[in-house]
Amino acid sequence: MTIEHSAEILPSREAAPAREAQPRVRGAAGSAWFGIAVVVALAVAPLFLKNFVTFQLTMALVYAIAILGLNLLTGISGQFSLGHGAFYAVGAYSAAILMESAGLGYAWTLPVAGVVCFVAGFLFGLPALRLEGVYLALATFALAVATPQFLKLGPLEHWTGGVQGVIVTKPDPPFGLPMSQDQWLFYFTLAVGLLLYWAARNLVHSRSGRALLAIRDNPIAARSMGVNTALYKSLAFGVSAAYTGVAGALGAIVVQFVAPDSFTFALSVSLFVGLVVGGVGWLPGALAGGAFVMFIPNLAEHVSKGLSGAVYGVLLILIIYAAPGGVGGLARSLGARFSQPGRRP
Amino acid sequence: MDLLLQQILAGLASGAIYACMALAVVMIYQAIDHLNFAQGEMAMFSTFIAWQLMQWGAPYWVAFGLTLAISFVGGVAIERVVFKPLKDAPVLSHVVVFIALFAILNSVAGFLWDFSVKPFPSPFGSGPFLGSRLIGAHQAGMIGATLVILAFLYVFFRFTRIGLAMRAAAANPESARLVGVRVGWMIALGWGMASAIGAIAGMLIAPVVFLEPNMMLSILLYGFAGAVLGGLNSPAGAVLGGFAVGVVENLAGTYIPVIGGELKLPIALFLIVGVLVVKPNGLFGRVSVQRV
Amino acid sequence: MTSLLEVRGLRASYGAVQALHGLDFSLDEGGVTTLLGANGAGKTTTLRALCAMIRTSGDILFEGRPIAGRSTEDVVRLGIAHVPQGRGTFARFSVEENLELGATTRRDKNGIRDDMDRMFATFPILEKRRTQQAGTLSGGEQQMLAVARALMLRPRLMLLDEPSFGLAPLVVRELFETLARVNREQKVSMLIVEQNADLALDLADQAYLIETGRIVLSGPSAALRQDEGVRKAYLGY
Repeated sequence: MTIEHSAEILPSREAAPAREAQPRVRGAAGSAWFGIAVVVALAVAPLFLKNFVTFQLTMALVYAIAILGLNLLTGISGQFSLGHGAFYAVGAYSAAILMESAGLGYAWTLPVAGVVCFVAGFLFGLPALRLEGVYLALATFALAVATPQFLKLGPLEHWTGGVQGVIVTKPDPPFGLPMSQDQWLFYFTLAVGLLLYWAARNLVHSRSGRALLAIRDNPIAARSMGVNTALYKSLAFGVSAAYTGVAGALGAIVVQFVAPDSFTFALSVSLFVGLVVGGVGWLPGALAGGAFVMFIPNLAEHVSKGLSGAVYGVLLILIIYAAPGGVGGLARSLGARFSQPGRRP
Repeated sequence: MDLLLQQILAGLASGAIYACMALAVVMIYQAIDHLNFAQGEMAMFSTFIAWQLMQWGAPYWVAFGLTLAISFVGGVAIERVVFKPLKDAPVLSHVVVFIALFAILNSVAGFLWDFSVKPFPSPFGSGPFLGSRLIGAHQAGMIGATLVILAFLYVFFRFTRIGLAMRAAAANPESARLVGVRVGWMIALGWGMASAIGAIAGMLIAPVVFLEPNMMLSILLYGFAGAVLGGLNSPAGAVLGGFAVGVVENLAGTYIPVIGGELKLPIALFLIVGVLVVKPNGLFGRVSVQRV
Repeated sequence: MTSLLEVRGLRASYGAVQALHGLDFSLDEGGVTTLLGANGAGKTTTLRALCAMIRTSGDILFEGRPIAGRSTEDVVRLGIAHVPQGRGTFARFSVEENLELGATTRRDKNGIRDDMDRMFATFPILEKRRTQQAGTLSGGEQQMLAVARALMLRPRLMLLDEPSFGLAPLVVRELFETLARVNREQKVSMLIVEQNADLALDLADQAYLIETGRIVLSGPSAALRQDEGVRKAYLGY
């Protein structure tokens, strides 16, 4: 992962667009229907589930949003971060403090958390974008490790509650809607998630998105074509952090609690794992990644309490064996097979 | 002035730990071209093996030697079994497998040996070093051991044919194949050596921080920091980087009041990030050039 | 002369694009053979296929033994040295280390030392650059180094991909004279891929013409030189 190798972080970049171009046109209708089916299934699910399961599903969506942010960074700009848990934490604390100290309505905390994290990400990105590959990984990892310690800092204790953290009030459904708090939070999160997904898609296909792709594929050439790589990379980092921050704010509202030890480097690592499992550069993969982050550790715990970490690790390795490019890679190769049945080596 | 000297020496002592770990990090980076996030856990696991052998009655040096051998074979096995099938997978997938390995080793160690803190003997004793009160015998031994490993590696890579082949395999795998170097085995060998060096690091570190499954987390970070600071392609740089991190960490903890104990880790890391921003290839690293 | 390398129905593809459509050819023991063709005809691919650097189908027999499907390392260990296009020297390694690497598969320490001295005698410029990093050498010097490194293997067969590429005419002539001498004195068989057909036909005794992944013409070099099509397309007169 030195500079020479940074171009290899993603699976076959040069080949991917050519391979993708055809299936995307032909398979577009199919994947759109599939997407609608997934959303509908999600929308009716809480009607049949216990509150606790609904809560878990909500958290999976929250993680999916965070991973979407990470995906925007890695898949589109080619940088990768092992420290997005930090932005998740900033978002969560922003929401908690605004609600509990400033009395702001919970829905309003999301845009604020987004803006705060955008600024934080942009500022972090400015120096960090000078680093490549492994160095950026280390810098972001440092950020992740440092986060809980910053949150415990004495001078901030008045707002952050120090080690104790902050308890957040759980919001009721508005307009007297006949549903439980958990159900309402699920639909609220789903709506926010869909909105953010739509925005992410548009961003990727916009002029700025194309500039980012150009930077990813060949930074030096992009620079010579007049793309301000420094600015775009920092912006990408900022947008990515903003997504993760909104997810953090949602997470704080859903869990009703923030404390430094909820945001250790393990969170950052989980998000990163979710990104790869879902598929780098494939936005819908975030959903699969979110589900992985939420449910697989539970599953591992269920299989063996004492060895849950080992079970988790083995599951993870098996998934990577089965799908080295994550769910996204799998979907891509399936799509290619269906749309071009005659072409098999 | 006395305080400063003492803090620098104390920094060098903990720096020896980081230097050891940084050396293992650089070793594997040379072989596989990325950072192994499971390296610390591998070292921890090796140290537990040594501890277990001693529990069964093996004398220190027997346990030491056996552990090195087991770790070497284990490192080779991990490469052959886990990573060889993934050699065409994207790098990010490799990073995820490192994370998986981390989880597995940590969990299995906790399961086999539980999470209670265990003392680990030092081969150098715990008395003062040559009557000096500034630095302990174990710390001095650790610095010495690190330098010995470094010298060994230098000789190995500089003057042996297999060392040359390993370097060639890492620098340019395709050309290396064309001269008949078995690149796959060179990588496995790199894993084995990194694992063995990690085992030494673990066994030297354990007397200081005590043995438990989570002992390596922050040390690995310092090791990364040292390696990156010194330059990931320079073993000597990594050792210097490790020492530098130790000293900086200690001095910052002593002279900048806000930092105290809790914030030592982030401050050291951010200092390193700062250095990297100015010198992206580390202090002793080579600049690599990219063609469009 | 017996045949050293025998290729039958060699096919290879890059992803979905097939590059070789079933080549048949053979190389004589001790001879120099050249593979002529335009850009993209599949010359480099053929060499890469012989060294198992890409996936292939078809039969490759080296000294009568099938070698298709073996790993690159194993093919090299049989005594096939490949000098790739762009030379493939180890840029950060010294000239001496590059030569040592060429002898990776050998165990005879004295023989290696003797060969190294012989290389320095054959390519005096390399002795001057002995401790210099290969990457700092000029193009011609690097090509010399690549050839010398390949010879350190004590190969039975040498595959050379565009050895004249990017070199000044004088340097090229010197290089080809050296190659002829190596072939004569050390009995190394060669398969040379060249854009410079004139040069290649001078050196070679056997030639094949390859077009879009197929062999379209073969015979002794002198005969190919007389062929009207070859003359017009590749020799320019």
